[in-house]
Amino acid sequence: MSKYFTEDHEWADVTDGVATIGITAYAAEQLGDVVYVELPDVGKSFKAKDEVATVESVKAASEIYAPLSGEIVAMNEALAENPALVNESPEGDGWFFKLKLSDETETAPLMDEAAYKTFVAGLE
Amino acid sequence: MGTAPDTLLKTPLHGLHKELGGKLVPFAGYDMPVQFGGILAEHNHCRSSAGLFDVSHMGQAFLIGPDHETTAAALEALVPGDIKGLAPGAMRYTLLLNEGGGILDDLMVTRAGSADYDGWIFLVVNAACKDADFAHIAKHLPKGIELDIATSKALIALQGPKAVDVISRHAPEAAKLVFMTGKRMTVAGIEGCIVTRSGYTGEDGVEISVPADKADKLARLLMAEPEVAPIGLGARDSLRLEAGLCLYGHDIDETTTPVEAALIWAVSKSRRELAGFPGSAKIVEQIANGVARKRVGILPNGRAPAREGTSVLDLDGNKIGTITSGGFGPTVGGPVAMGYVATAFAKIGTEVGLDVRGKIHPARIAKMPFAPHNYVKEL
Repeated sequence: MSKYFTEDHEWADVTDGVATIGITAYAAEQLGDVVYVELPDVGKSFKAKDEVATVESVKAASEIYAPLSGEIVAMNEALAENPALVNESPEGDGWFFKLKLSDETETAPLMDEAAYKTFVAGLE
Repeated sequence: MGTAPDTLLKTPLHGLHKELGGKLVPFAGYDMPVQFGGILAEHNHCRSSAGLFDVSHMGQAFLIGPDHETTAAALEALVPGDIKGLAPGAMRYTLLLNEGGGILDDLMVTRAGSADYDGWIFLVVNAACKDADFAHIAKHLPKGIELDIATSKALIALQGPKAVDVISRHAPEAAKLVFMTGKRMTVAGIEGCIVTRSGYTGEDGVEISVPADKADKLARLLMAEPEVAPIGLGARDSLRLEAGLCLYGHDIDETTTPVEAALIWAVSKSRRELAGFPGSAKIVEQIANGVARKRVGILPNGRAPAREGTSVLDLDGNKIGTITSGGFGPTVGGPVAMGYVATAFAKIGTEVGLDVRGKIHPARIAKMPFAPHNYVKEL
C-alpha cells in the first residue's frame, strides 16, 4: 500500500492496482463545510487530470481531478447522506471513490506524504 | 494564501477581524472577513443567538434640507418609495432607479427621529455602488439640499434573537425600537450613534452607525457579551438568501425593474398615481399589465446546490430562466436559490429542472423567505 498526493490536494491510496481517492485535510479545511459531493458513476473511465467529481462547500463548488487514469469501481455512498464526512475525516471515512488503475506507473510524478507536507507548508 | 494588496481599503474593525482569526478576502474594494469559525456555525449562531457583522464598507450619508417635506421630495425624485410619508424615526427599503426603471441600487432610508434633526434623512447604500450612488444623488439634488457623505462612520450589525438584549445593556433605548425604526442615541457612552432595528438576515437585530474612531471599542464591548460571535460575509450571504432578500449586482441590477424583481411592494401606492420617479411610466405599466419574467424562489428537490448562473429549464428541457443566487441553506438544511423565470413558470409549486454541470436536477418554484422572518414589529 502506498499513498500519493497531487498539487490539487487529492490523495490516492493504492492497494493491488486499486486507488482509493479523496481530498486532503488541507483541502477540506480550505473548502470549509462540505454540503454536497457529486461523484462519478461506477463503470466510467477517466484519464489522469480529467474532471471527475465536484465538491460543494457552503462557499463554492470545486472540481476534483482524477489523480490517475482508470475505471471507477466504487463510490462512497455515505457521502450522499453525510457530506460532512469530508470535513470530519477527509483522509478516512470521507473518501470519494475507488479507481481501478489502467497504468500504475502514473504514480511516479505524484508526491509522497512528506513531499506533500512540504508543498503545503510552502503555500502558507 | 496571499496577503491583501495594499490597494484594498480597511474598515475600522480590520485589526479586530485579524485578531479574531477572520479569513480576509477582497470584497467591494475592501479587505473583509469571509468567515471566522466556519460559515455553517456562524450562520446557525446568528439564527439562535447574536452575530456581529462589520458592514462598515457600506455607504452612509445624510440628505440634509430645511425640513422633512423638502428633503423627502428631493429623494422621491430618485426612488419609488413613499419618503414624505415616513414618520419621524421610520425607515424604509427603497431603490435608486434609472430612467428605464432599472435598479441602480437598493438602499435603506431613515427619517431623523428628533425635531433637532428635522429635514435629515439617513441613507445606507451598497459598498460596491456607493461612489456611483452618491454622485448620482448629488447630481440630481435641488438647491438647498445637501448630501453629507459620512466617511467617518462605521456600521456594525448585530443580528439574531439575542441581539436586542445585548445592545440594550449598552443602550437601553434600543429596546424601545420596533422593526424598521431608528433613533440617534448614546451606545456604551459613545455619543452620536444611530441605532436602527433592522438588518439583512431575516432575524431581529440592529444596525449601529458609530463614529469610526469608536467602532473598535464598541465592537470589542459587544464581542465580550456571551451571546455574541463574529460573522463573516459567507454567512451574511446564506442568511440573506434564506431570508429571500436580494443581493445587488446578482438578483437585481440596472437590467431588472422592481416589478420583474418582485419588489412591487417597494413601489409605494401613493407614488404610483403621481408617478414622479425615474422609469415610472414603464413601472406603472408593468404593474398593470405584467412582465415577461419574474424573480422567484427555487428549491432543488435533491441535495445539490444550484449556484448563480445555473439555467432553469421547463420539463421539456427548454431554458426558461437563470438562477441569480443559490447555495446551501443551513437553516433549511438543503439547497436554496432564487432567480428569474418566464412568468408562465413563476407560480409557486411549478416543477422545473436545473442544469447543474450538465445533469438535470428536479426543483420547484417556492415561496420565499425560505427561513421565517423573525422581525419584531410591535412591542
